[in-house]
Amino acid sequence: MLLEVKDLYVAVEGTNILKGLNLEIRRGEVHAIMGPNGSGKSTLAKVLAGHPSYEVTKGEIKYDGKDLLDMDPDERAREGVFMAFQYPVEIPGVSNSQFLRLAYNEKMKHTGGEELDPLEFNDLLKEKAKVVEMDSKFFKRSVNVGFSGGEKKRNEILQMAVLDPTLALLDETDSGLDIDALRVVADGVNQLKSEDNGIILVTHYQRLLDYIVPDFVHVLAAGKIVKEGGKELALELEEKGYDWVKAAGN
Amino acid sequence: MSDSEKELTKMSLQAGKETIYKARFQKSIDQADQPDWLKDLRKKAFEYFTENGFPTIRDEEWKYTDVKELAEVDWSEAPAAADGLSQDLANHFAEIETENRVVFVDGVLSSELTNLNETAEGVRIVSFADAFEDQTFKANLSKIVEPDFNGFTALNTAFIDQGVFINVPKNTKINTPIHLVFIGDNETANFTRILYVGETGSEAEIIEHYTRTGDSKYLTNAVVEIALADNAKLVHTRVQRESHSAFHIVTSNTNLGRTSIYDNTNITFGAKLSRHDVNMSFNKEGGEAWIDGLYLVEDGQHTDTHSRIDHRVKNCNSHQNYKGILDGRSRAVFNGKVFVHENASGTDANQSNKNLLLSNDARVDTKPQLEIFNDDVKCAHGATVGQLEEEELFYLLSRGLNEDLARNLLTYGFAEEIINKIEIPLIKKQLDEAVLNRLHARLEA
Repeated sequence: MLLEVKDLYVAVEGTNILKGLNLEIRRGEVHAIMGPNGSGKSTLAKVLAGHPSYEVTKGEIKYDGKDLLDMDPDERAREGVFMAFQYPVEIPGVSNSQFLRLAYNEKMKHTGGEELDPLEFNDLLKEKAKVVEMDSKFFKRSVNVGFSGGEKKRNEILQMAVLDPTLALLDETDSGLDIDALRVVADGVNQLKSEDNGIILVTHYQRLLDYIVPDFVHVLAAGKIVKEGGKELALELEEKGYDWVKAAGN
Repeated sequence: MSDSEKELTKMSLQAGKETIYKARFQKSIDQADQPDWLKDLRKKAFEYFTENGFPTIRDEEWKYTDVKELAEVDWSEAPAAADGLSQDLANHFAEIETENRVVFVDGVLSSELTNLNETAEGVRIVSFADAFEDQTFKANLSKIVEPDFNGFTALNTAFIDQGVFINVPKNTKINTPIHLVFIGDNETANFTRILYVGETGSEAEIIEHYTRTGDSKYLTNAVVEIALADNAKLVHTRVQRESHSAFHIVTSNTNLGRTSIYDNTNITFGAKLSRHDVNMSFNKEGGEAWIDGLYLVEDGQHTDTHSRIDHRVKNCNSHQNYKGILDGRSRAVFNGKVFVHENASGTDANQSNKNLLLSNDARVDTKPQLEIFNDDVKCAHGATVGQLEEEELFYLLSRGLNEDLARNLLTYGFAEEIINKIEIPLIKKQLDEAVLNRLHARLEA
């Protein structure tokens, strides 16, 4: 089992968001977490990545057999957890390639892999950038500064490609993307999908799932999973709307 | 304390100042081999200082910066000319290797360390002692910074002796930057001066670099005067790396001619207490200036930048971007005034001061001020004081960077805009290292 979430309760600034969530993910699987606004689906992604504003008040999370909640966010990242942000942060003054090489080498140091010098890393970056059809001119630019919404999301997937995570969390990666950008991003994720990793797609809309086909769909409402099924569940949701599952959850 | 007691205390301080510098002044003026006009200028300035003393926190322009501590130090002895080169100084100097350099040690010109190689024809880079008969020198000295601007400029003017005069003739370009180095070695009060006159169409780059050999307590009280004629261009980088026990008070004024360009960057790392008055005036149309800065202070340091930019004529552009990084129990003051005078239509002025606090004990007082007396202008200003954004930090952590590295990276990113203006490799390297020693090594390794 890659990820086991058991009876998870999470609060933000004293407000309970997740209330007894259970989830299991195996390597090689793609899971979609769907739900209406405010259902707690982004909270789940952020808790898994270790965001400091989210407080786990009850429950446990096992990642690859280890206690995930015992690890700092940077440690989780080096252990192979990656979150693609809904709103990627701009970092003026730090180039994309410098930043990614630092992150890559931190992970290599941790896993006993080979650290790369700037030249070697540049070759790797060029190769990985093909996954999201990204021009090398973006390497020298400051991280996300002046990037369009679509470019930021592509940059997230480029980071995912470079860091090669074991558990990837895509937090509303489809939001704000036009159909062409969505296709590029989805193609990228499909190329990165493997037998060794697990992917969690957090999304409000079924649209993304036309391109990245999930093995399982979980529907979240009011901090709990209220319905689970295969990819056909997403289509059903699209047709019937979220009121239908909210009712089912009650 | 009653009012009369306060008055008495004030008087005794005042009297104290007088005796501290009076003997030294008298000796200096008696021994000086200087023309009468200069001696007269100096005497008048000393009179002003005797009467007014140093500014105090009761003075609006000095209310956050108390110079009492330095005013009370007995710096009555004039520094001696550097006799031979101490090993400390030699070691220190090995790192400064630009081809054109003028070096002062404790405010005294060091011919041993000065090295002028590549200058274009007609360019004068001379010590004041060799400039007294020069008409351009005479026409400009003490005309750009008024001696009675404050007690410090008065005292500096009273002690005019050592200084460097740079005169770049018409349509002449100097290709190698002129590196002016001021080294604090012994515990003395140093009164140095720079006078730069760029004639029509001239072009040059100067680096004004204050540094130290150790941790001694000294005073740098300098005045920098810059006159740029029509179409003249000057890149002026100022790096302040004084000892952390030192006091550093400098006033720099620049006058710009028609369509002249002045690009000024001020980097502040050093001194226990530093104050920089940086003033600039557009006197003819079409000029453009950048007055940028980065101050990076840590526990026990106080830095104050006061700036005044005067748009007196039409169609000039000024840009001011000051950034501050404060750690430990440190304090920074920024006061930036932009005056757009009645005739100055078509002015484009922007001013920004952003501060990053790395500790809860640091404090910033920032006050950008615009005063506009013309409607046809484009002006913007703003100031911020903040800490590293939690969301930015989390983003870096979520990519596997440890917290120290993530904080360093964000801090560097904050300062990078200013650091990147510095193109001289030696200075840039020192800067990078000072801002982010470890990160630098990791990025470039």
